[in-house]
Amino acid sequence: MNWLSNWSPSWQWFHRLGSPRWFYQTTGRWLPWLSLLALALLDTGLVWGLGFAPQDAKQGNSFRIIYLHVPASFLALAGYYIMAIAGAVGLIWKMKLSYMVMKSAAPIGAVLTFLALFTGAVWGKPTWGTYWVWDARITSMLILLFLYLGVLALQYAFHSNEAGNKASAILALVGTVNIPIIYKSVDWWYTLHQPATIKLTSAPSMHPDMFQPLLVMILGFYCFYVVALFLFTRAEILRRERKTTWVKELVLGEPQS
Amino acid sequence: MPNTPLLSVERLQFERDDCNVFEQIDLTVGRGEIVQIEGPNGAGKTTLMRLLTTALQPTSGNISYAGQSIDLCRYEYLSDILYLGHQPGVKVTLTAEENLRWMAADSIGSIQDALAAVGLAGYGDVPCYNLSAGQHRRVALARLLMTDARLWYLDEPFTAIDKQGVSFLENCMSDHVKAGGAILLSTHQDLAIDGVRKYDISPHADQRGQ
Amino acid sequence: MAIGFSAYLRRDLLLAYRRRGEAASPLIFFVMVSTLIPLGITPESARLAEIAPGIIWVMALLATLLSTDSLFASDYQDGSLEQLLISPQLLAMPVLGKVTAHWMVTGLPLTLASPLLGLMLSLPAEGYVPMMASLAIGTACLSLVGSVGAALTVSLRKGGLLLSLLVMPLYMPVIIFGSATVQSAIDGFAWSGPLAILGAMLAAAIALCPLAAAGALRLTSIN
Repeated sequence: MNWLSNWSPSWQWFHRLGSPRWFYQTTGRWLPWLSLLALALLDTGLVWGLGFAPQDAKQGNSFRIIYLHVPASFLALAGYYIMAIAGAVGLIWKMKLSYMVMKSAAPIGAVLTFLALFTGAVWGKPTWGTYWVWDARITSMLILLFLYLGVLALQYAFHSNEAGNKASAILALVGTVNIPIIYKSVDWWYTLHQPATIKLTSAPSMHPDMFQPLLVMILGFYCFYVVALFLFTRAEILRRERKTTWVKELVLGEPQS
Repeated sequence: MPNTPLLSVERLQFERDDCNVFEQIDLTVGRGEIVQIEGPNGAGKTTLMRLLTTALQPTSGNISYAGQSIDLCRYEYLSDILYLGHQPGVKVTLTAEENLRWMAADSIGSIQDALAAVGLAGYGDVPCYNLSAGQHRRVALARLLMTDARLWYLDEPFTAIDKQGVSFLENCMSDHVKAGGAILLSTHQDLAIDGVRKYDISPHADQRGQ
Repeated sequence: MAIGFSAYLRRDLLLAYRRRGEAASPLIFFVMVSTLIPLGITPESARLAEIAPGIIWVMALLATLLSTDSLFASDYQDGSLEQLLISPQLLAMPVLGKVTAHWMVTGLPLTLASPLLGLMLSLPAEGYVPMMASLAIGTACLSLVGSVGAALTVSLRKGGLLLSLLVMPLYMPVIIFGSATVQSAIDGFAWSGPLAILGAMLAAAIALCPLAAAGALRLTSIN
């Protein structure tokens, strides 16, 4: 992979991106605004969706859980790709910061996947009478959760940070190649065994009045994900760079010699 | 070119867990030379060996083989080196002879002679789980008689071998460098060979050989 | 290039032969654990027949998982892996040779023993040939994918448990199509479709997994 790593873009921002300190300072400036935006979007979406959107003809009020379930599922999958891309950048260009982002993306994605599964189960009870059903979407989500847990476990199993980072990055990439295969396989498997009744987690046919708050929620979740990613990465930067002067000054509050 | 050193290391550094394992290393090894890497335990001698054999990637710096960076002539470089690490690389399920045949696949000598030279004559078809650790070491050392690699990297080669083994190894090394090869080794022991250059990689070493 | 492949294939087969007892344990596991099913669930023929394809496939998967751990372990411990990493040839070829040997020692015996299990679990007659075909291809996939996990965890102690966690999600498509092959045949449908997909997975795995495993060995086994 030498040819690839020797071609590093001469864009200044790309090089600056590799500096943990620059990242810390820049995200510090952005965070207040992003957090506000995330909060605003999530609040609006929740109130609108839970309170004001019209009831569904078939499922009554219980369909409202999609305002949590669908964004969480989106982000769970998108988060895995973000993690894998961060890992790939780290492997190719040996950027420490990239590995830190990957390491931070893993727990966030895992929790979002769990949230998606949990809200899926909550949805299942009133609609279908049972908390767990092996339908295609839920099964794929479960496998995604296992993929996340694998990356997390591998990261922390190594004594050396670098080996753990590289191993997790490789595993995340292998998982990325497999995700379409897994999703397709599970889809196909489900059509083989599908009971002749309606699919559980298909969103009800979306009236625009129901769809708009969903959009707001999805955007809100994306903003929230970025905020969480920044926060986790910043913490990781402080931990990893704790021996440098700028971190010492930051934490101890006075210029260090 | 007779003057190009066989191995040339420039500004080599390796970071592990955010700190440098050793200070920048600059060294050359020419034909006919033996360089002994010195330093206390944990100074990074094995890490240096691994960097030189490309088992590890350096954080920065250049390694050149006969004037060319090893990134460009990787195949030639790796075909011309021999590495004896901490573990002898001996599979205990195989016999001594099978191990040697595996390790020295393009051999230039007879396996029986090599085994005899290290004092394992007649042990050729003994499975290695019946041999001691010292005998495993000797099987690994027998490789030295069968290789045509010019550059040898020996990491603590005197571990677990007796006086006979030590003198065998020293003779091997002398013969090798007289024939134009080069050796880089790490050991605490003093060698009974003339002309060994020492290179100290302990932290804050005041003098370092070049 | 081919020299690396066949040399390591032959060496690993020889090593497995010298340790025949150890090499046979996945097979023994496969057969023994399958007898737990009638004991734990039901000995009724009809009900066993319903679940037989899936059971046999799950057992084959677990047996393969058990043995994947040892793919690179002994080489790592005695220093042969280090020597392999610094040899000039392309690393993917020896890795492929080792994985092939691994399959010949675990997957192939499982495939050959599966009719016996089919008998014990009342597998319907139409299922036998698809069972063997799907196992032959599927266990090869499992060995290849497992080798990537084994490469990632080779330098860890107790890597075996972690290995199972890592490769399990990656195994799921294989088992889906593997047991679907058998089930389709039993239900009277064409079973060449799922089998072809298994074949495609195997082709992709042969192309990609040795490279991934080689990369993983280079990057994580020595630090």
